[in-house]
Amino acid sequence: MRRWWLALCMVASVGAASDTRRSGFDFMTPETQAIQRDDAQNPAMLWVQEGAAAWERKAGTAARACIDCHGAAPTSMKGVATRYPAFDAATRRPITLGQRINACVVDRQHAAALAPESQELLALESFVAMQSRGLPIAPPDDPRLAPFRERGEKLYRQRIGQLDLSCAQCHDERAGGKLAGAVIPQAHPTGYPIYRLEWQGLGSLQRRLRGCIAGVRAEPFPYGAVELTELELYLAQRATGMKIETPAVRP
Amino acid sequence: MARALITMPKTAKRGEIVEIRTLIAHPMETGYRAGDDGQIVPRDLIRRFSCRYDGELVFSAELFPAVAANPYITFCTLATATGTLQFMWEGDRGFSQTENVVLTVT
Amino acid sequence: MNASVTRRTLLSAGAAIGTLLLSRPARAAEGDLPSAIKAFTNGAPVQRGRVKLDIAPLVENGNTVPITVHVTSPMSAADHVLAITVLSEKNPQRDVITCRLGPRAGRADVSARIRLATSQQLVAIVQMSDGSFWSDTVDVIVTLAACIETP
Repeated sequence: MRRWWLALCMVASVGAASDTRRSGFDFMTPETQAIQRDDAQNPAMLWVQEGAAAWERKAGTAARACIDCHGAAPTSMKGVATRYPAFDAATRRPITLGQRINACVVDRQHAAALAPESQELLALESFVAMQSRGLPIAPPDDPRLAPFRERGEKLYRQRIGQLDLSCAQCHDERAGGKLAGAVIPQAHPTGYPIYRLEWQGLGSLQRRLRGCIAGVRAEPFPYGAVELTELELYLAQRATGMKIETPAVRP
Repeated sequence: MARALITMPKTAKRGEIVEIRTLIAHPMETGYRAGDDGQIVPRDLIRRFSCRYDGELVFSAELFPAVAANPYITFCTLATATGTLQFMWEGDRGFSQTENVVLTVT
Repeated sequence: MNASVTRRTLLSAGAAIGTLLLSRPARAAEGDLPSAIKAFTNGAPVQRGRVKLDIAPLVENGNTVPITVHVTSPMSAADHVLAITVLSEKNPQRDVITCRLGPRAGRADVSARIRLATSQQLVAIVQMSDGSFWSDTVDVIVTLAACIETP
């Protein structure tokens, strides 16, 4: 009996030791985790519901709905969010999921671009990304992304702002520690767009990055800045294999 | 029309206690908060929530600024007969929203 | 006479009131917790018990705090919960939420998500159909977000 138990412990510890990455979910209180786990309680589902409606709504001078080209989202959008940011041949730079959706709105629906961080864009983004819930983050193996990703990693390790802090100093070296009473997570983009309790609303990864950059008293890059996409690219690679939780809840 | 999400069983046995969970999108602006310009953001709240089962009031709540944004309220009701549950949220600036869900009671 | 003066004052204040003006005991909007409790019970005595206020003792963000109120009651026509109120000690105002139930509830279990401005005491008071009042009090520690948000 004891030999069996020992063998089980050894197998379990080997598995655990090989990946110390933890989603922000694991750093939350059980009460906040409970809000994320339950679609009936998760406020982000209100945006997802809006996104689901927008998916079927004809828009723009082309009078086209997402569903007209893509069909049912659970099928066509499954796995899509795992592969973003991706390389966009048209602009020759990486593009986030939100930016890709907006490109479709403009190029395919012939409608006005949705404002970054607008409720409409977030609704679509959360609806599309949710179709990859439970799937592992799988950044595309595209060599064209490499220089951008490298710049993203460089920014991640660079000390910035009046507080002269880098992302790495908090999220690599001090994850699990405390920053003024709040637990420091590892900063994996596993659940975006997230319902953040601090915002009392839904927001994108770019919003969160801008918040952190402002938090170290540096000037945040504007929405859509290539620097933010490069950072997203590096974070996605750093989180390869971790499961998508969209739409997540975070404190 | 604010987005609303009501989670409850579609069917129940007579006499069964049905748990109803409601969620509605609303900023629940307290009127205590200063905006970026330093001015107080005006109060904008959902004030009242009610549930009528075939017209009869079975639950109501008075909401104050301390209710969190995107109010989540859960309560129970006895499944008496097949009928429509009407949920109503009312508040500042003439906010009024109604959602109906049919409960089939066997 | 008093009630119509109050109504006129409210209407002339220009506030857009869409809800009914029900007659109910005056509320202490600011003011202390004992006054707010007294306002809800109209001075009737409040006993500990029969009601449980479930809330995490340590809250990581005061913006969205889940609470549940469970009341032990048969919820029969003869013996049921009429109303539940939750009061806050240190928020800008005492009232948090007030719910009205009745025998059709089946079970007196109510959940909501509330805001807590700081670490404080929270009280749940229940009014029973026999006129008795019961309460539960919880101390909550609230930690706040570290960084000030920019939009």
